[in-house]
Amino acid sequence: MKTATGLVKNLEVSIGKIIDDSWTEPMGPTPMPSMSTLRDWDMKLLNKYKPFYMPACDLCCLCTFGKCDLTAGKRGACGIEIAGQSSRIVLLACCIGAATHTAHSRHMVHHLVEKYGHRYPLDIGGLNIKVEAPITRLVVGVKPQTLGDLEDVLDYAEKEITQCLAAAHTGQEGNNLDFESKAFHVGMIDHVGMEVGDIAQVSTLGMPKAEPEAPLVSLGIGSVDVTKPVIMCIGHNVIPSVGIIDYAKDNKLDDKIEVVGLCCTAHDITRYYNRGRIVGPISWQLRFIRGGFADVVVLDEQCVRTDAFDEARKVHAPVIAASEKNCMGFRNRTDDDTDVIVSDLVSGKVAGVLILDPEKVGEVAVRVAQQVAPIRKKLKNLPSLDEIITQAKTCRQCNICQRSCPQDLKLPHALKAAAGGDISKLTDLYEYCIGCGRCEEACPQKLMIHSMIVKAGEKFMVEESNFCRVGRGAVQDVEIRNVGSPIVLGEIPGIVAVVGCSNYPKGGKDVYDICREFALRRYIVVLSGCSAMSAGSYKNAEGKTLYEEFPGEFTAGGVLNVGSCVANSHIAGAAIKVANIFAKRPLRGNYEEIADYIHNRLGAVGLAWGAYSQKAAAIAAGFWRLGIPVLVGPHGSKYRRMLLGREDKPEDWNVIDARTGNIVNVGPAPEHLFQTVETKEETMVAIAKLCIRPNDTWKGRSIKLSHYVDLHKRYLGCMPNDLHLFVRTMADVPMTLKEEFTKILEEKGWKETVIPDPTLLPRMVRKMKE
Amino acid sequence: MSCEPWQCAEVSSTKKANPIQKPEIAVAMIKKAQRPILIVGSNATERWMEGKQLIDFLIDFAKASKVQVVATAHMVGEFIKRGYEPAGFMNAMDIGNRLVDPEWMGLDGKGHPDLVLMVGIPFYMQGLILSGLMHFASDLKTMTLDNMYHPHASWSFPNGTLEEWASNLKVMTSKFEGGQ
Repeated sequence: MKTATGLVKNLEVSIGKIIDDSWTEPMGPTPMPSMSTLRDWDMKLLNKYKPFYMPACDLCCLCTFGKCDLTAGKRGACGIEIAGQSSRIVLLACCIGAATHTAHSRHMVHHLVEKYGHRYPLDIGGLNIKVEAPITRLVVGVKPQTLGDLEDVLDYAEKEITQCLAAAHTGQEGNNLDFESKAFHVGMIDHVGMEVGDIAQVSTLGMPKAEPEAPLVSLGIGSVDVTKPVIMCIGHNVIPSVGIIDYAKDNKLDDKIEVVGLCCTAHDITRYYNRGRIVGPISWQLRFIRGGFADVVVLDEQCVRTDAFDEARKVHAPVIAASEKNCMGFRNRTDDDTDVIVSDLVSGKVAGVLILDPEKVGEVAVRVAQQVAPIRKKLKNLPSLDEIITQAKTCRQCNICQRSCPQDLKLPHALKAAAGGDISKLTDLYEYCIGCGRCEEACPQKLMIHSMIVKAGEKFMVEESNFCRVGRGAVQDVEIRNVGSPIVLGEIPGIVAVVGCSNYPKGGKDVYDICREFALRRYIVVLSGCSAMSAGSYKNAEGKTLYEEFPGEFTAGGVLNVGSCVANSHIAGAAIKVANIFAKRPLRGNYEEIADYIHNRLGAVGLAWGAYSQKAAAIAAGFWRLGIPVLVGPHGSKYRRMLLGREDKPEDWNVIDARTGNIVNVGPAPEHLFQTVETKEETMVAIAKLCIRPNDTWKGRSIKLSHYVDLHKRYLGCMPNDLHLFVRTMADVPMTLKEEFTKILEEKGWKETVIPDPTLLPRMVRKMKE
Repeated sequence: MSCEPWQCAEVSSTKKANPIQKPEIAVAMIKKAQRPILIVGSNATERWMEGKQLIDFLIDFAKASKVQVVATAHMVGEFIKRGYEPAGFMNAMDIGNRLVDPEWMGLDGKGHPDLVLMVGIPFYMQGLILSGLMHFASDLKTMTLDNMYHPHASWSFPNGTLEEWASNLKVMTSKFEGGQ
């Protein structure tokens, strides 16, 4: 700059933020890690838990050199081989999942900052929670105090997701283990993104703040007063639903309309609004839309059927799309006059609109529901019983419906019976059908097979009225202090996190059975998302749901619903807080040490019995990097890659004893990092086994082994064949099983070993071996 | 009998299983193998033919052929209940993972299997495991004994009726010395 008074060169002016760094905890070694920072840690895990690839496709068709055949070792035009390609697909899935949660959180934070300001303080549990954002503290190395602080955290997360996605471009990464490491990285980032979203909404929207006794909420269409106008919100982002609820309350209409939700939006509606209802998990969209219950359908984002509009139109229910990520092809009416939009929807001039202002969504949805409800009269798109029989008579028994059904349901058999007037076989399928509608798409006769099943099971649907506990949010610090010792020492045998979607192999009852079994055994059972709904959808002999039968505390025998998808972060957060609050391990930017602690000491297992989405893949990847094993149900095999340990390879199970620096063999604990389980029975046994950790005290190991043996005998019908790998000293052997164990140990040539202070990190050794 | 994948969308790419048109062909291949194993999944108690469960047909076959059985999921207890002790039991992914390791010496430690028979694992899961074996253990021969065509196997029976399936399993059993 040259002026009459002088010359100024290289002047830089920066306008930024003043970062409050009053947090006195010293910074750890890995704040804001890039995708290679924690690579060594990932490789330690991947060396124990090697990928087993099961490609769903033998080809690569991502660039114009392709299609390339990668079968059995052939390389593609870019040089990639099938292991690299398979892991690349895993990375892509995890990137999509992490981007989805993080974009959800970005929208949430952006909206809430606009409404409440950057300086709005974060509060997710009042005095009960000092460590407000354990994942963010651990990964990013900052302690967010205001909504504005969360924007900086998201800046970091978005950068890392972009970097990981870039690695999947042709001619970038090629090594399968490096792809896996990057999948772990973006999974870790996914948890950061989820945590930001949930603490933002909990802090601002009056949702339960780490409340063990969060209220019970009605679950199921049977609990909805369908004589009132019903607004059904589908998706994951609660902001448009908040607009609806606020408008209804402000206009004293909240007792005159029903606001109900499907999937995670349902959880967050009930966290915000005590009159909200959970209708059910995401896979039931078709049955509830066709059932005609909704007078207005509001779609936000994630897991929304792309044909939801077509289905809603058939029952004359207007649709409001409320997310930029899911515009549904509608004209954007955000800036239009509200009266005109309402008139257009009520008159049927348009069947759907895009509105990106949540407050306008609220007004339009409520007013349209009120006016449309008397006209629609709950019009259904379900056949009558006579129509089922008539239609079924046209079935050619070609089997194509069964061959298109992911569950391999015996549909031709049921249709044949229906043609003869017996619809009971269709009714039997209601519980097992996941509602994908592929049968109808495949049928050459265009039979509405799914609708027939729904009609045949209609009685169950309309009578379903159960309870779910409202998502409580985080786990309190005091709860962590109370259970930290018994968990780490093994006296509480484990934490079972039952999460994910509803792509179940045999209906939701399996989820209930698994949760109840482990709650009765005094494990801590933590739930979220659609699994939390399924768990509440069944009753015990006394007519109580799980949430009525067991307490909502994070304690032995507790059954907790943390909330929606983004609330999954509180499960990882609880594990991290055990390391930090109970064991006093430094948290700030100290990922490896905390993960090493969790992996070797905390008997936690994730179960995604019906996982289907890329988000579920990213969530799992975040748990893998923390060293927490994850099980998926049989449909989860379609994630195409497992991370499996080999119990028959003793050399894989060495740890360092931090007390002495000695190498100690601790057996396969935990045996796997990611595994598909085939049946409920197998799952029960696998969970108990995967809760075993090298650090268990003899008392804790004895308790864990007694559960493992008991479940194995009950569900697999025999003694386990690997008990000798889990006994370190005779004190580990359960008293009541001493005789059986002694015989097995003698046969296997078992030798006593020591209980180490286990670590995979040489720097954690307190006294190096001379 | 159709040689299209039982689940319509599970199309293969450049390799496709050879169809087993007659059970005698399967028997010849099993007899030729040095170290065959039979992996039995959870549908063994879900499928009924001629008033019997699939597992009962498989026990007859295993006794006659002396092929070692690996039970997945909770099937070990079902075998034991019926008085048959399988050679091993483990998770379906675990056995797949061992089979892609050329150094794995089998359930008895005497050598890697050279022929893997599979039956009764949910279709999509079995298909994926077969894909893993096709890609990462390409010297290993795989055969499915279901009535559903599995394109990722080396050999698969075509899609067939329950009657055809029962007949195939009975013929196979009868062709071994112990099954006569």
